[in-house]
Amino acid sequence: MIRPSTILALAFTLIYATAVSAESVVRMAVTTSFHNSGLSDVLVPLIGEDTGIEVQLIVVGTGQALRLGEAGDVDAVLVHSRAAEDKFVAAGFGTHRREIMYNDFVIVGPSTDPAGVLAAEVIETALSGISTSKSVFVSRGDDSGTHKRELSLWSKIGVDVSGSWYRELGSGMGATLNTASAMNAYTLTDRASWLNFGNKRELRIVFEGDPELFNQYVFIPVNPDRHPHVNSDGVRLVEEWLVSAKGQTTIGSYMIDGQTLFVPNAQGNDSSD
Amino acid sequence: MSEFWEGISSAFWLIITLDADLVDITIRSLQVTVTAVVIGAALGIPLAAWLTVNRFRYRRTTVAILNALMGLPPVVVGLIVYLLLSRSGPFGVFGLLFTPTAMIIAQVIIVTPLIASVAHQALRDLWADYHDLLISLNTTRWQRIKTLAWDARRSLLTATLAGFGRAIGEIGAIMIVGGNIDHVTRVLTTAIALETSKGNFALALGLGFILIGMAIAINIAIHWVSGTERRGRW
Amino acid sequence: MVDILPLTLSKAEVRRAGKPILGPIDLAITTGGATMVLGPNGAGKTTFLKACHGIARLASGGSDWAVERSEAELHQSYVFQSPILLRRRVLANVMYPLKLRGYSRSDAADQALSALTNVGLADAKDQMAHDLSGGEKQKLAIARALVTKPQVLFLDEPTASLDGRSKREIEAILIAAQRDGTKLIMTTHDLGQARRLAHHVVFLMHGKIHEEGLSETFFAGPKTEAAQAFLKGDIVE
Repeated sequence: MIRPSTILALAFTLIYATAVSAESVVRMAVTTSFHNSGLSDVLVPLIGEDTGIEVQLIVVGTGQALRLGEAGDVDAVLVHSRAAEDKFVAAGFGTHRREIMYNDFVIVGPSTDPAGVLAAEVIETALSGISTSKSVFVSRGDDSGTHKRELSLWSKIGVDVSGSWYRELGSGMGATLNTASAMNAYTLTDRASWLNFGNKRELRIVFEGDPELFNQYVFIPVNPDRHPHVNSDGVRLVEEWLVSAKGQTTIGSYMIDGQTLFVPNAQGNDSSD
Repeated sequence: MSEFWEGISSAFWLIITLDADLVDITIRSLQVTVTAVVIGAALGIPLAAWLTVNRFRYRRTTVAILNALMGLPPVVVGLIVYLLLSRSGPFGVFGLLFTPTAMIIAQVIIVTPLIASVAHQALRDLWADYHDLLISLNTTRWQRIKTLAWDARRSLLTATLAGFGRAIGEIGAIMIVGGNIDHVTRVLTTAIALETSKGNFALALGLGFILIGMAIAINIAIHWVSGTERRGRW
Repeated sequence: MVDILPLTLSKAEVRRAGKPILGPIDLAITTGGATMVLGPNGAGKTTFLKACHGIARLASGGSDWAVERSEAELHQSYVFQSPILLRRRVLANVMYPLKLRGYSRSDAADQALSALTNVGLADAKDQMAHDLSGGEKQKLAIARALVTKPQVLFLDEPTASLDGRSKREIEAILIAAQRDGTKLIMTTHDLGQARRLAHHVVFLMHGKIHEEGLSETFFAGPKTEAAQAFLKGDIVE
């Protein structure tokens, strides 16, 4: 019989043999919606080729991503929730906001469209159609960027989101879409997650295109003054690559089912924040 | 139901083509879990033996706590280990967060009480059998522990396998402390959660079948190696 | 080798949950012959054996060997009423006490095999101990007790619930052990066996010594009424 000590030694050897040197690693907390778009699968290898940096993605909600940045557990974050980002940078956890690209949110719902959202021209009409007809709407309810955006849209049209038609889940985008699909309900999702989602069933996009629904992605390096161990040099290289002509073109030409998902919009450093 | 059959067929194709990502995450699942279970057994079994042969004031309380810890919610363990290993936590300087080592630490905390508790039940029964004889033979405490552990070795193996079963299917803790980083800390369970969130039920289910199959295969292999099958006594 | 006997009990008392279940007892057990502990059920025979062996703690009084306790412990063995066997093979069971004493594996195996031969179990050495029959289990327990060549062997009802043949074989093993210099201190319900093996009788009732003496005297004419009734087979309370 194999001795436990042998197994132990073997296991540790294997684990440490696969670990890469920390010098070339940049850990980045990204939001679920960005990761679900599939764009990261294109960007991460290209960054590796061009800069020699291995980008490791921790996929979490915006709230947790910013907490990881605060604690210094990641080197940078890529998020999309303006108010939270500003607070993060103002508190000195991040050095600056760097706009990279935006995509948009869409409302998906049952093809039968009981709330008549398809006919709506602006987001206000679309949402009030759902609330007045009391059609079931599922909300992420997880304090994520998507959830925060959804709440701000409801409050803008003055709808009090309570009652049996409004279901708060406390889940990620994928789980929320799975629930919406199972209940044949409306929900707000980013376009990328939707296009990559494999369990659409009766659901379709019922509303899109209102500028209110644009979703700005921002890259924020974690402040090395607070966390001296962060790989600032690596982070700078990643940021430079993302805003470079090649990075921006790659983002702009990424497509699913013939649709582009992201509009690159990087400019100079937005260090005024 | 169609997803069920697609799941089986995707599991089948992943295996026969030896899909590189599948091999990668399967090996990592085994590395993390086997290491955690070996450490858990190395801590839990001596603890169980010690609790068996010693009479001390708070022994019952200790055993009760141990039994309660068997049901520790992994998510809570994950959160606590995260807070400890975070750069802002007490052990942050070691930079262990989001590494396989962090996942092993979390799983050790999850499986050790389980292994210790199951082992303690087995050793306690055997001790009730052997008590008078071992006292009569003037055995030292250490000799008693060795005798009980050796004669209960099959039950101890079962306890260890119970730990393996809990660890290999665990996700709550390792998701938090491992971060599910592709090629670094992604294991079968976190990959299943990821594919489920993308709505790729067939692939998720396929990975699930592979996980279940692997757990069964390892149980059978270990029982076979230790010869328990032939003895007909588990 | 130093003699561990005589064993001297002085005002020895055992209590369970505060109630006295044995004693006070004053008695000296000397070398030579077998000491047979007799008495009705519940008289305290097992407790008496355990108190002598040192595995039942005395609440008061003393039980002293001719040598230091730690030395005496090495030269005595105890066979329980229902044999406690290790979940191992037959040979490994007999090797166990030797290995506790630091014998090498091969020395332990040699001596264990010879002890098994003495009880007629050499052929069963590779079987699992728990697969043996009732009589064989008891013989195995006796072989394991004798393998350390004890000066004193305690036996608690060693042949209770065994068939006649096993009983005869076990008695022969015990007589042989006695011939090799082992003092037997045993309890039995079987008066025939008591007559066959005893040199010295201790008759217990209610945890106290009711009568005690050489076996010929005891069996020829017990002094007390209770002992007379007991020998006649009457129910004694």
